[in-house]
Amino acid sequence: MAAPTGLDELAAAVGQAAAERTPLRLRGGGSKDFYGGLLAGDVLELAGYRGIVAYEPTELYVTARCGTPLAEVEAALAEQGQMLACEPPGFGRGTIGGAVAAGLSGPRRQQAGPLRDFVLGVKLIDGMGQILDFGGQVMKNVAGYDVSRLVAGSLGTLGLIAEVSLKVLPRPAAEITLGFDADEAEAIARLNRWGGQPLPLSASFWCDGLLLLRLSGAAAAVAAARAKLGGEPIHDDGAFWQGIRDQSHPAFASDILWRLALPTTTPPLALPGLRAIEWGGGQRWLAGDLESTAVRAAAARAGGHAVLFRGPESLRCREGAFAPLEPGLLALHRRVKKVFDPQGIFNPGRLYAEL
Amino acid sequence: MGAEEAVFTPDRAALVARLKALLPAHCLLLDDEELRPYECDGLTAYRALPLAVCLPETEDQVRGVLRVCHQLAVPVVARGAGTGLSGGAMPHAQGVVLSLARLNRILRIDPLARQAVVQPGVRNLAVSEAAVPHGLYYAPDPSSQIACTLGGNVAENSGGVHCLKYGLTVHNVLGLRVVTGEGEVFEIGSAAPDAPGYDLLALLIGSEGMLAVVTEVTVKLVPKPELARVVMASFDDVGKAGDAVAAIIAAGIIPAGLEMMDKPATAAVEPFVRAGYDLEAEAILLCEADGTPEEVAEEIDRVGAVLAACGARGLRVSGSEAERQLFWAGRKAAFPAVGRITPDYYCMDGTIPRKRLAEMLKAIAALEKKYRLRCANVFHAGDGNLHPLIMYDSAVAGEWERAEAFGAEILELSVALGGSITGEHGVGVEKINQMCVQYRTPELETFHRLKAAFDEAGLLNPGKAVPSLHRCAEYGRLHVHGGALRFPELERF
Ligand SMILES: Cc1cc2nc3c(=O)[nH]c(=O)nc-3n(C[C@H](O)[C@H](O)[C@H](O)COP(=O)(O)OP(=O)(O)OC[C@H]3O[C@@H](n4cnc5c(N)ncnc54)[C@H](O)[C@@H]3O)c2cc1C
Repeated sequence: MAAPTGLDELAAAVGQAAAERTPLRLRGGGSKDFYGGLLAGDVLELAGYRGIVAYEPTELYVTARCGTPLAEVEAALAEQGQMLACEPPGFGRGTIGGAVAAGLSGPRRQQAGPLRDFVLGVKLIDGMGQILDFGGQVMKNVAGYDVSRLVAGSLGTLGLIAEVSLKVLPRPAAEITLGFDADEAEAIARLNRWGGQPLPLSASFWCDGLLLLRLSGAAAAVAAARAKLGGEPIHDDGAFWQGIRDQSHPAFASDILWRLALPTTTPPLALPGLRAIEWGGGQRWLAGDLESTAVRAAAARAGGHAVLFRGPESLRCREGAFAPLEPGLLALHRRVKKVFDPQGIFNPGRLYAEL
Repeated sequence: MGAEEAVFTPDRAALVARLKALLPAHCLLLDDEELRPYECDGLTAYRALPLAVCLPETEDQVRGVLRVCHQLAVPVVARGAGTGLSGGAMPHAQGVVLSLARLNRILRIDPLARQAVVQPGVRNLAVSEAAVPHGLYYAPDPSSQIACTLGGNVAENSGGVHCLKYGLTVHNVLGLRVVTGEGEVFEIGSAAPDAPGYDLLALLIGSEGMLAVVTEVTVKLVPKPELARVVMASFDDVGKAGDAVAAIIAAGIIPAGLEMMDKPATAAVEPFVRAGYDLEAEAILLCEADGTPEEVAEEIDRVGAVLAACGARGLRVSGSEAERQLFWAGRKAAFPAVGRITPDYYCMDGTIPRKRLAEMLKAIAALEKKYRLRCANVFHAGDGNLHPLIMYDSAVAGEWERAEAFGAEILELSVALGGSITGEHGVGVEKINQMCVQYRTPELETFHRLKAAFDEAGLLNPGKAVPSLHRCAEYGRLHVHGGALRFPELERF
């Protein structure tokens, strides 16, 4: 099928697939084909439905069609001195729809919050081919259940995110990066200590004995924090943190990469392969052919979970990309899935084999 | 599904016998005089007496009550402090009120991880107070924070005057323990940055007690800024004040708070609080800067310059923490202050794009004439969230009906201007008709199916938050005459 360029065309494609019970694999830029479980179904290309629909800097929102390249959205915001504060990774070709569906956030999440916090509204095509509008473009809206945020991170299994409105924020006036020598345990301890102080910490990255901190905010705040923290100023024109965000930094180079989301205070885990720590201790990356049950068990014991972030498809399908859900919770997920996609046509198996 | 209002016909005697077997006597209220205090929430115009009020002291008892009600097909309305302003906690006449007020313990504070785990009946302010020794606090600060509970905050996704910078409840809650209508317990979210699977946490926050009962809340605590100061600006025109709000944001500033009050609001508040508001001004803005002393000084200068350029006729900066508190005290006491100058008031909660603020105020002024009722306006201006306070006297025949119609027009205009019927108070029973204006049938059907995914029997807070399609059809017949919409001059969104 040629890539649809209109909303009605997309809805019709979904409606037809629903009528024929043909599974669809929703695909934006394809930048995250590596992420999640099985890739199954007829590819429905979304890159043709693109363009910024509305951007009002003083209203702090941007609305874009799903196929709009993330880079295009960010360039438009940068022109007005604004940004997507959660720094979603685009991995090169990423689209805004794909970013929301994957729900991933970058280094600034530590200060700004996760991507889902910035979702204000979505235009969703459900599994019956209906076009639905949830949320809106205003900052506060509690009318009806918060479906817009529910679909963030659902990996396209609930519906086709045709358009999305995201909250945007001003870029910080000043930004610097500081480096500190620290082993893993010390880095975790420091990050948590600093986290409890009113410091403008906008990102952290520990790798191989070096802890890097990014400070962002008003010039006066950044200067005061720098004086307080010490450390070595590191020159960065933005490329370093971009490399963390897009995982082009060598720490992420591996055929198999595990992402652990943990309470920030979790002490060093007795697991091999640690490559990097982010988000004040809350996100840790492990590389190599690890024993997945051991990784998952260690993460769960600490109160978190482990994602097989990158790896051969066979491995992701066998082990599950995401930590298994308790039976009751899985049953609830299936009921929620059915609300939006009763025939199960969207991205079957991409999130969980059972969904 | 959701096509008709459900009818419940429980056997009260059987219900009471089962509840008595389950709960100690002091945890169960059955007499009319005991039930009376529970007949409404903060929206006193809507009332109903429940069959019983349960005051469980443990999660097991909460589950027990829910199981009994599920077996006997009895509606259950969860309740925190009852400060809600949309009738969300108003009882069901054929149902049970499940008060979480006695689940009021702060279970854990972890200062290093900056998290607190609390029971749902803990008061909002109590969390911040408990965190003071660690230099931390819980950011969302509804004006009702001395009374309202975390469970209620979660159910309404409550905000406060600082949520422009620090977010709403949804941005500050990390995890929940919930019990479904069938008594099944789920842990949702976690103490880690995220949890596997769908973001059910986002779905549950703001769900108005319709999907599950919250029995535990894990919240994020944030470091207290070193310093905060407020600029108070007065304007001789509300339009200029509205433009100043947009100008501050255009300058790249996200203040810690950005609030507006119009002349009737300051006139009501000043004699009550003596905050030093400019009573000649048509509108005042309160803009807070927080951070390091250097940062605050820099931001105050920038904000001051923007406000002056926007035509502010007077600027004052709080000189001390006491004065800052005083400036805010007036804003935070706005509802009770208005309550002192009128027998009753009706608080609305629409949100609109900031740039439509002046337009909305003009429309409200016209509606005051149309309905012959006065209205004072306070706004979370930075978020475009309006709280028009319509003054009326319930003892005068017809005034409440006029107030209600006045409010309905404001809400529907909010939708027409590109906003929403509720920013933080919820739909409850109050705005249920306006849901038919904000959403179309397919979205409403989705909401009903979502409710059924959690609560198949439809026993949690039935008849609230999401209107039946039947009701919308009726409302449409009443309000769209010959296909003419209410605001034909406005583009439909
Ligand atoms: C003077 C005044 C000022 C206010 N200012 C603000 C403000 O600044 N910002 C703001 O957002 N709101 C404000 N409110 C509204 C109100 O205080 C909030 O909505 C608050 O969160 C309600 O909390 P509560 O404990 O009183 O809940 P209740 O009124 O008891 O209940 C509210 C809803 O929550 C549900 N619920 C309660 N507990 C649970 C639970 N454990 N599990 C599931 N559902 C539950 C109820 O069923 C109901 O639907 C104000 C109200 C007043 C009276």
